[in-house]
Amino acid sequence: MTNPSDPSGKARRAFLGRLGGAAAACTGALVGAGSLGTVQGAPQGKEHPAAAGSLPMKDYDWTKHRWAFGVDATKCIGCLRCVEACKRENDVPGTAHHFRTWVERYVYLEGEERARIDSHQDPVNIAASGSEREYRFANRYQDAKVEKAFFVPKLCNQCTHPACVQVCPVGATYQTEDGVVLIDHNYCIGCRYCVQACPYGARLFNEDRGVSDKCTWCYHRITKGQQPACVEVCPVGARVFGDLKDRQSPISLFIRNNRVQVLKPETGNAPNVYYVGIDKEVS
Amino acid sequence: MESIIHYSPYIGWVYPNETVVEWSIMIAVYPYLTGLVAGAFTVSSLYQVFGFQRLKPVAHLALLTSLCMMIFVPLPLLLHLGHPERAFNNLLTPHWSSAMAVFGYFASFYILLIVLETWFAFRPYIVERAQKGNGVLATFYRVLTLGSYDVSEKALAYDRKWIFWLAVTGIPGAHGLHGYVGFVFGSLKSREWWSSDLMPVVFLFSAIISGVSLLIVLYVLSCKLRKTPIDVDCVKGMAYTVWGFIMVTLALEGLLFANIVYKAREGIDMIIQHVTGALLIPYWVLQFGVGAITPLLLLTYMIWRGTKGKALVAGVTVSACLVLLSVFVMRWNVVIGGQELSKTGKGLLYYHLPLLGHEGMLNAILVMALPFVALLGVIRLFPPWDDHANASSRVAS
Repeated sequence: MTNPSDPSGKARRAFLGRLGGAAAACTGALVGAGSLGTVQGAPQGKEHPAAAGSLPMKDYDWTKHRWAFGVDATKCIGCLRCVEACKRENDVPGTAHHFRTWVERYVYLEGEERARIDSHQDPVNIAASGSEREYRFANRYQDAKVEKAFFVPKLCNQCTHPACVQVCPVGATYQTEDGVVLIDHNYCIGCRYCVQACPYGARLFNEDRGVSDKCTWCYHRITKGQQPACVEVCPVGARVFGDLKDRQSPISLFIRNNRVQVLKPETGNAPNVYYVGIDKEVS
Repeated sequence: MESIIHYSPYIGWVYPNETVVEWSIMIAVYPYLTGLVAGAFTVSSLYQVFGFQRLKPVAHLALLTSLCMMIFVPLPLLLHLGHPERAFNNLLTPHWSSAMAVFGYFASFYILLIVLETWFAFRPYIVERAQKGNGVLATFYRVLTLGSYDVSEKALAYDRKWIFWLAVTGIPGAHGLHGYVGFVFGSLKSREWWSSDLMPVVFLFSAIISGVSLLIVLYVLSCKLRKTPIDVDCVKGMAYTVWGFIMVTLALEGLLFANIVYKAREGIDMIIQHVTGALLIPYWVLQFGVGAITPLLLLTYMIWRGTKGKALVAGVTVSACLVLLSVFVMRWNVVIGGQELSKTGKGLLYYHLPLLGHEGMLNAILVMALPFVALLGVIRLFPPWDDHANASSRVAS
């Protein structure tokens, strides 16, 4: 269950059931496409993508875009389709410890000053879903008096001044011209300095491949004019993505029409995920 | 239901990816080894550069210890890397904005420097052995002479000049190498426990006391094993060095913690909970109490009372062992303790060191034992003993 105002979660599930058809079909299609991180049309050479003047892809010029991401926490229902879609789209290890994107739940109970925070990696939530590979928020507050509750999706902030890029000793992680931070998995030495440096906990280490990993806003999709998988499957439009160079793009409108904020601005990282509807405890 | 792998249990709120503690014991062993290198080199330099004659008996041992430790410094890092075969990328395409990028160059330069200084220091011995016998060993020494058999007073004076300048260069080299290790941690803004300008100097001073302490233990042990008298003046000289530097170390470590507490930024509640909970024994009891304050008091008492002879040697050796323990625990508390404090500032993780595995306890013990095995071999090839120095101050071992 995800919504404290719907203890049984049945209404939401029914709702999702109706919406889910399209979303699940979409997810399936994504996985079925078998792209899983590869870029169609990209040359098969081993040259470092960042070394070229533009990304070595046909029909894409990274100097013409400036991508950004928006999260409307007031809309998120904690269904975790985004998490599932991301895991499948990007071949993220199916454990409770490796996520390119995740959703946090903040619950203020009556009489308590601080929020109770959890995510789907919490053992109670895993027990509720029955598997590390299935994501669900346990119905743990059904008997409590909830004053306020909301969900906050998290992902890489693709910072303008990324600490992870700064600390990479070999330059395996780099910033593209369109504002996305990528990792060359064929060059990463697996030292995990970047994992330590990220103040948002957005980086993970893929033990099987021996390299660091992170959200790329589905770079293989957005460079083909598609939406990131998590945006595509969100049934309520809580995730917004687009090009800041296009004044009428969803993200430009989102930033223009809302009072947005970013996470941990004091780090100086200048993150590029803009939030609406988060609370003081969200960091 | 599938098995639920939960890498590190936690309380409060931690980011999902944080539940894997990514820098484990190998990353604690690495600064420990570099610290021993820097500390041992300090002892060697105190004699070679600053003319501390009472340290003469351990000057060459210090150099060999530094060399053996330094050779194995990259090992824990290589064992930790996800792709050790790509380690040379660090040298081929260093990313200069990274604090880690210079490591390869720095370490290579420093190894070269110690090898050179060792060669000059042992050249008379190498020449002597090269001229004796015809076996494999004699051939080995002949190769090491590099064709130079001149051991005239003029040539030796030239060697001493080289040793002096290499030692002079090595002081900032060794200390820079270790201060830089502290910078790797201190420069990260993501963790309150690490993010401090004091971190490089804390690492540096703790390195000095650990290296000197190691030499005290090695010297006393070697005298026992070789059944030769212990030079009390030499032990006293090293004890003074530890005593002086341990006060600075304690002050710096205290300041580091006081800064965190006094600034009391976000997450301070968790830090206080951590140092009064899981870190209570390793931080307060072992790092500060047993490993730093106890040896400081013991050394102060012995200096005050004018303790002499075997009692002094025993007291100093015990103090040195405690310092060695303290500095390792300090590395652990920084590396592991830092990661146990969640970046959220709202949660704590509990890391449990596995016995086996890639980064398990046994592997770590093995990595730390290897430099000593190497030292055993190197000592046989290049005996560092100077049994005639300070003959008047020797006591039976």
